[in-house]
Amino acid sequence: MRLEMLYFAWVRERMGRSQETVDVPAAVTTVAALVDWLAARDAVGAEALADRGRLRAAVDQAFVAMDATIVGAREVALFPPVTGG
Amino acid sequence: MIRIVVTPEAIDIAAELALAEAAAGTGAVATFTGLVRADEDEAGGVGTLELEHYPGATEAALFRVAAGAVERWSLGGATIVHRVGPMTPGTRIVFVAASSAHRAAALEACAYLIDRLKTDAPFWKRETRAGETRWVEARDTDTDAAKRWEDT
Repeated sequence: MRLEMLYFAWVRERMGRSQETVDVPAAVTTVAALVDWLAARDAVGAEALADRGRLRAAVDQAFVAMDATIVGAREVALFPPVTGG
Repeated sequence: MIRIVVTPEAIDIAAELALAEAAAGTGAVATFTGLVRADEDEAGGVGTLELEHYPGATEAALFRVAAGAVERWSLGGATIVHRVGPMTPGTRIVFVAASSAHRAAALEACAYLIDRLKTDAPFWKRETRAGETRWVEARDTDTDAAKRWEDT
């Protein structure tokens, strides 16, 4: 399954990129599983995504919980808790 | 009328207020303006604050916040203007306005708009102090402020 990944704030800095296209195995069906898969992919991902408790996600531009599905999604974003206003 | 603006330009309050006042049936407009704080410390405080956001998702999230306020308080208008990019202390970073027939709804809706946008919209602050840059941590008090508006 092809997904457009977007990274923001310190997740972007630690991943060393703001976006990428990934081909995810069909067995990866939730945001949490996607994060695990990205962390297992290489040392950069493992380091950048190590602090799972401080990661938040959006699927197709809507905020979701980590157990949300990514099946059929086009775009997934990973980022720290928001600090606007 | 819902007005959402995400911009690297300076926020023109007079122009925004005029638009908020022009909303149909308006007898009261409540507004909130947020400024970049210097947060002075021994090192001299914040030199610059930079706002990163998630284009597209930001506007959609702000629209949902504004639409929630319009529905809950039957507003004639809701405005959210948020600045992005580099800023210095004293700069206007956010402006919200609620236009209503009467003051109670306008004042409550104004508080709702700013409380909810802090937790519901994808913005990230990065500050530079004495040449050192760090990402600002989210605050539990912001989450608590947003939670008081949750439907019971």
